Amino acid sequence: MGEVIVITSGKGGVGKTTTTANIGTGLATMGYKVVLVDTDIGLRNLDVVLGLENRIVYDIVDVTKGNCKLRQALIKDKRFEGLHLLPAAQTKDKTAVSPEEMKALCAELKRDFDYVIIDCPAGIEQGFKNAIAGAEKAIVVTTPEVSAVRDADRIIGLLEAAELYQPKLIINRLRPKMVKRGDMMSIEDIIDILAVELIGVVPEDEYIVVSTNRGEPAILDPNSRAGQAYRNIARRITGEEVPFLNLEEEEGFMSKLKKIIGLSR
Amino acid sequence: MLDFLLKIFGRDTESSKNVAKERLRLVLVHDRTSVSPQILEALKEDLIKVISDYMEIDEDALEVTFDRSEKSVALVASIPIKKVKRTAAVSKTVS
Ligand SMILES: Nc1ncnc2c1ncn2[C@@H]1O[C@H](COP(=O)(O)OP(=O)(O)O)[C@@H](O)[C@H]1O
Ligand SMILES: [Mg+2]
Repeated sequence: MGEVIVITSGKGGVGKTTTTANIGTGLATMGYKVVLVDTDIGLRNLDVVLGLENRIVYDIVDVTKGNCKLRQALIKDKRFEGLHLLPAAQTKDKTAVSPEEMKALCAELKRDFDYVIIDCPAGIEQGFKNAIAGAEKAIVVTTPEVSAVRDADRIIGLLEAAELYQPKLIINRLRPKMVKRGDMMSIEDIIDILAVELIGVVPEDEYIVVSTNRGEPAILDPNSRAGQAYRNIARRITGEEVPFLNLEEEEGFMSKLKKIIGLSR
Repeated sequence: MLDFLLKIFGRDTESSKNVAKERLRLVLVHDRTSVSPQILEALKEDLIKVISDYMEIDEDALEVTFDRSEKSVALVASIPIKKVKRTAAVSKTVS
């Protein structure tokens, strides 16, 4: 019996889809059987981030409406043994699926997979309600910005109201340099405000853009710092204790030079 | 304009992170209190329990509200008293 985890945030564009793709790929490379469910109906994205957009035949609405068997709609990733995608429908809207249908779908998926990871749409309406309906655990993604943290707070309240207690937090797009000079809220600041447990911190990383261009999750690149962070998160999801990354960035040229000539420590 | 000059001359030492934190703190007090009226109900019940140890109050007329202003949120309680116990009769201090 697998575990159903929803990746949510409230605010759009904070990295839910990127996180879902990376964690899913990570868990699959660790040998687990994983299915990623895109519930962002009408704004399908997970397929392109994973590089599977050309293989879609059926989607989640086809499954819940009985147009096809669940098995037929699942896309098997040929690169990673164990990774599967259930794509969102692109031509329908979020009311095409009901929370009850999602519950039944998750229950069915959980029988065959170790991890069912649900990519939630932005917002707190029907799409959100669908995405969390069948979930047993939740991961909230935020960025170190006032608007994103505020929305995360609201989402945490709604998750608790839906009996999804103690969600875990991912802080995405952290820029250590900005934190250092006092222009970005730190990890501690955000944890202090939201009072939830941290499961990972993902730095801002250009490689995320490159990997999305290619349709190959950053977690596969040994040089990507975000990839490293996602590898750690995947391991933490399996229950392993992994120390947090030191996000101190490489020193800039000027500060190195100053040190050499004795202007600063 | 003064703000601007202070900034240029580096006297505005308040880092933007602290501004963000303070704004978030306040906005979340607003959000959390308006989103969850249950907080108020639970608080009312607890208040009645505590105060009843010391005085008899008019539970039905008890009013607890949040007073929101731009810079702060205050808890305002109006609790009509019916009878006050004589100091010696306050069981807690005796036992
Ligand atoms: N750690 C990161 N570093 C740089 N860019 C990122 C990072 N995380 C996400 N992005 C970019 O931010 C955008 C929004 O991410 P996405 O995962 O689609 O968010 P959501 O699903 O929450 O709307 C994408 O263009 C993505 O490439
Ligand atoms: Mg998305």
